[in-house]
Amino acid sequence: MNEPIKFHFNVDGTNFISAGEASVNVKKLLRQVGIAPDIIKRVSIAMYEGEINMVIHANGGTADVYVYPEKITIILEDVGPGIPDIDKAMQEGFSTAQDNVRSLGFGAGMGLPNMKKYTDMMKIESEVGKGTKVTMEVNLQ
Amino acid sequence: MTIRTIAELLNAKVLCLEDKLDFDVKSAFGSDMMSDVLAFVKEQSALITGLVNPQVIRTAVMMDMSCVIFVRGKQPSEEMISLAEESGIVLLASKERMYPACGKLYQNGLSGGSIATE
Repeated sequence: MNEPIKFHFNVDGTNFISAGEASVNVKKLLRQVGIAPDIIKRVSIAMYEGEINMVIHANGGTADVYVYPEKITIILEDVGPGIPDIDKAMQEGFSTAQDNVRSLGFGAGMGLPNMKKYTDMMKIESEVGKGTKVTMEVNLQ
Repeated sequence: MTIRTIAELLNAKVLCLEDKLDFDVKSAFGSDMMSDVLAFVKEQSALITGLVNPQVIRTAVMMDMSCVIFVRGKQPSEEMISLAEESGIVLLASKERMYPACGKLYQNGLSGGSIATE
């Protein structure tokens, strides 16, 4: 009974058109397992921001969602360029996104702060040249 | 304001889910920047935008919105229309530019609603 419900997704970094698909699927799946709508909204917005980040900065990666009785954990991992200064990246409005990303409607420097805002815990582990792992938790109680 | 009224005020074409036109929209948000939609939208159920890509629909799904209004004559792809349809989001397309479109809706009682803050 303590085994979490797991969802795994490969996020394609070569095609911006599909960016966000995994998060839309997670939203559907969480609805199917009966999670409350306000929790689903927070989880899916945080994951969507992270998924978009993986596509625009890191050539994609993997997304894993674990549903425990007391919390939902989202783990996003990529082998992209890494984040040199996490504190700076967490500032609202700070963005290293290229102009072509802005023309797609993203890269306002709101992604990471927004992910933190919508979750109860967010941890970023990143090494330049190796990749980034973002762990987020949303409490169910 | 019903989606039907929005469509009438903006002389907009309904691209999908005509059966949901009587849905009541409480407030709206206008932006071409999806990052800002994700950061600032709280309970707005309609998005007015001139950006056309699948992320517009996915962003609206994330924010539990019920209607997306494309302005400046922008035309979403078939893929976007079917994604909206399966997500229960009505799509409208208007030739109005962003500013007059927002102005007409606001003037007729559709507010900006409250904004998500820290």
